[in-house]
Amino acid sequence: MCLVEVEKTPKLQVGCTLPVAEGMVVRTDSAVVKEARKGTLEFLLTNHPLDCPVCDKGGECELQDMVFRYGAAESRFTERKLHVDEKQWSPVVYFDAPRCILCYRCVRICNEGMGVGALGVSDRGVISEIIPNHYDHLECDECGACIDICPVGALTSGIYRYQTRPWEMNHVGTICTHCADGCRTTLGVRNEKIIRGNNRDRSGINGEFLCIKGRYAFDFAAHPDRLQSPMIRQTGGFEPVSWSKALEVIAGRFQNVKARGGKFGIIGSNHTTNEENFFLAKLARQGLGTQNVDHHRTGDLATFFDALSGRKEALATTGDLYTAKAVLVVGSDLAQQHPLLSYQVRANFRHHNAHIYTVTIGPVREDHQSAGAVRVERGGEVAGAWSLREKLKAETSLVIVFGDAIQGDGLRKLVAFGDSLGIPVKYVCLVDYSNSRGAFDMGVIPRNGGMSREQMLAAADLDVLWVIGANPLKNAALASEDAFVVVQDLFMTETARRADVLLPAASAYEKSGTVTNVCGEVQKLKAAIKVMGAKADLEIFGLIAKEMGLNLGIWLPDRVFEEIRKSVHGYNVPLPVVATGGAAPTAPLNGHVAMLPGAIQSACDTLFTSGSLSRYSNILNSVMEAPGAVYAGEKRAGGQ
Amino acid sequence: MTMLYNEPSPLETRVVSKRFGLPNSASLDTFLATGGFEAFHKAREMKPEQIIEEVKVSALRGRGGAGFPTGLKWSFVPRNSPKPKYIIVNADESEPGTCKDRLLMEYDPHQLIEGILIAALAVDSHAGYIYIRGEYRYLIELMDRAIAEAYAKGYLGKNIAGTGWDFDLYTHSGAGAYECGEETALLDSIEGKRGIPRMKPPFPAVAGAWGCPTLLNNVETFSAVPAIIRDGGKAFADLGTPKNGGTRLVCISGHVNKPGVYELPLGYPMMKAINEVAGGIPHGRKLKAVVPGGSSCPLLRAEECDIAMDYDTLAKAGSMLGSGGMVVMDETTDMVRVALRIMRFYAHESCGWCIPCREGTAWLRKILSRMVEGNGRREDVALLGELSKNMLGRTFCALGDAAAMPTMSIVEKFAEDFEKYLVPEAVLV
Repeated sequence: MCLVEVEKTPKLQVGCTLPVAEGMVVRTDSAVVKEARKGTLEFLLTNHPLDCPVCDKGGECELQDMVFRYGAAESRFTERKLHVDEKQWSPVVYFDAPRCILCYRCVRICNEGMGVGALGVSDRGVISEIIPNHYDHLECDECGACIDICPVGALTSGIYRYQTRPWEMNHVGTICTHCADGCRTTLGVRNEKIIRGNNRDRSGINGEFLCIKGRYAFDFAAHPDRLQSPMIRQTGGFEPVSWSKALEVIAGRFQNVKARGGKFGIIGSNHTTNEENFFLAKLARQGLGTQNVDHHRTGDLATFFDALSGRKEALATTGDLYTAKAVLVVGSDLAQQHPLLSYQVRANFRHHNAHIYTVTIGPVREDHQSAGAVRVERGGEVAGAWSLREKLKAETSLVIVFGDAIQGDGLRKLVAFGDSLGIPVKYVCLVDYSNSRGAFDMGVIPRNGGMSREQMLAAADLDVLWVIGANPLKNAALASEDAFVVVQDLFMTETARRADVLLPAASAYEKSGTVTNVCGEVQKLKAAIKVMGAKADLEIFGLIAKEMGLNLGIWLPDRVFEEIRKSVHGYNVPLPVVATGGAAPTAPLNGHVAMLPGAIQSACDTLFTSGSLSRYSNILNSVMEAPGAVYAGEKRAGGQ
Repeated sequence: MTMLYNEPSPLETRVVSKRFGLPNSASLDTFLATGGFEAFHKAREMKPEQIIEEVKVSALRGRGGAGFPTGLKWSFVPRNSPKPKYIIVNADESEPGTCKDRLLMEYDPHQLIEGILIAALAVDSHAGYIYIRGEYRYLIELMDRAIAEAYAKGYLGKNIAGTGWDFDLYTHSGAGAYECGEETALLDSIEGKRGIPRMKPPFPAVAGAWGCPTLLNNVETFSAVPAIIRDGGKAFADLGTPKNGGTRLVCISGHVNKPGVYELPLGYPMMKAINEVAGGIPHGRKLKAVVPGGSSCPLLRAEECDIAMDYDTLAKAGSMLGSGGMVVMDETTDMVRVALRIMRFYAHESCGWCIPCREGTAWLRKILSRMVEGNGRREDVALLGELSKNMLGRTFCALGDAAAMPTMSIVEKFAEDFEKYLVPEAVLV
């Protein structure tokens, strides 16, 4: 289809493989070219079924577009078309062979882009067919990149197929809420229902990349178990109440505890927005007068910022992983835990021959590209990095990406190791979930003698436990039997079951605001749908504050973000970048950061898990366990 | 093993096939007793440029089908590449009508090995592969035996024949795809991938097997090299016509009394080859058409066959000398069935990489099948021509052209044969 006419060359040339030369004159729209393309289209259409009226791709199909442009609408093909029955390769991927035009894009993206190589080609000539390398099923990341890149409707997803016509959807660009990488996902919405996720305009830090979570795992939002009404615990179970009743009960109790100098414990979320985290921290400190604020910390950001304080150019962006000359991955299985970062590293290797080094407790996908792979026992990571020192010293620049195995003194030692290399080194401190970084930056942490999450749960005299979008009681008990427990969540989690007042919260796909990804880039969420009964956490905070008679300012996301830009160090990011859906890197290195009490543990999620959200995602529960998740077995207490 | 497939003809000029028919011709002893490795020792004394110059002077052209000047091809291999260089022998002889490489490997494998070694000297290579089509299973065994014998007696491996030159040679089996005879698809196949053509440039000489400079030639091309070095390029060139040096093995099949493989000088008259070398057409029938060099060449009508068999003359006549597979057809031949037979082959063998070839060959086959079954329509004849034209020159490799060209020539030159397959207009209400 890319045939072009080149002056002084007798034959038409294949445009996509022809190197440009000085003085070359190329015609892409001459009569000869048009005729040739029409001829090629005629060939393509010989065995392609004309089932466009029911095909998922109809309206977004490259083959349709080409026929529209070059004609060939009239067929001279009067023979029998080949037919092969449709196949299902996995819960995600369906293949309709007759529609396939054998462009091999799916094979290439799976192999070259994802590093998985789950697809191949069988037979040859006109009967050749794309097949999984496991013959009848896929054992892969289920990322759907093959479906996304398919120019026709041959590869379709089990989630989206036969659901809608593309033009019946609204497309809402927002940020995926599952992991911390902050991929942009464009949600296709029809009738207040998310039908599709993809990154159709290739905008965002992830370009064409999305994993199964960003592309398909939005389905938790429509799960029938979503909480839709505030509830108050009565003897015998929860009773639905009105929002005003619930807020009144909460405000009354909070006032009471505050007045008698009782003990609050507030556990925030690493899914909620910066605005929510900021407002919560303010509400806790200024409104309730407590420092007992914390969240499930999945990476040692406090030591990280302290160890690097005062430096410039020390924090790597997502883009840096694609351009760095060398990348060292310490204590993380990126392909499982940070699929975008993993993709960036692989693409860097493929496009720039970057040198990749890994120090992990087991085999990881980056080993395939590795210039040095070191296996260590847990705790031996820094020593493992030292063993690569000679090779790393020979590099010109380096990005070190490290997981929760590196914290406290270990983290300082790793930075010292980086300094000893004598080359520019940037760092990424890996954290889990869409806004762990934001929760830390906004101050949802126990400063000035506040209690950590573990201390709150262990305090027998705790008066109030307020949990927002977290599930601390999944793996731990609450020591205080008399504590008044308020929970804001999407689902009836282990923690929600213990609530005295339970408030239905909106998910990230139902609200606006900003989140900060693992590399410290601020991006904007855009509400795609509304769910009946649920409120955004920010609104809930505002209403509680109002009910308590506190004046903490207006709780609209944009207004709160303005306040963040003014008062949170490093967050004075250019507004137009964020407003237009870009990613603005923050620079939070601002001198000494105090050490915090409490444990830091990654949730050790895999490609197909993401805390409680994944429990309610049918698609994540339906796919085969991803192979080789070496850190998943490490799952320790403290996960959400 | 001394039994030949066909009786030699006294009209032959036997250079490359000179050992055919000798007792134990495939053994190293026979080879050494009949001038074997003389050329290698001579080449060892020459500079690489001199070897390549000698091959250029010989006007040897690639015997696989495309007829590219061999010396020129050798000169494209970069001299000071830091990467290893490979020699690859294309023994994927699959072109219908062609059966010469197998004889060269069966009767004179050491001549091929010597040719490879001389090429290795010319381009500074120390490893080579013979890619043999999977259907030639027995030949892989024969070639392996010859290679083992050469290793055992010091003509392969370290310090070959005491000259200090090291070279390792391996056979590699194809897996049954015609496409893998195309040089870049062959490279993919030898690397363990699906055999599909690569984009060019870069050409294999610069980036071939495993991305390294690779010299890739046909079995017969390499087999002709020892004679060129031993007797001089000039002597070889003089056997043929200008720019078409030497002799080549012509495989004559079809309607002739003595089908077989004959070594004839370039520029040999085609009618003489048919009537005298191959013993003429049986039953006194008249000639109707000739496939001059394998099924991918445009066919010649009988009156076009009074022609010299060299690359340039045949190109001028609108066909190709190709791989030397000459198929002779007498007046009883049904050209529509010929077209169908050819298209069945190409539709079966198209690798599926390029759209025009993949879809075009299948479509043409369907039209031709329908016609032969008695359901032809008048517009089908024109459609055959137009579809072929749409395939021509629009594919990565020459397979699409190979399928299109004979079809176009049959449609153009034998239109009258289609008439009987057309349903009378009246029936098509």
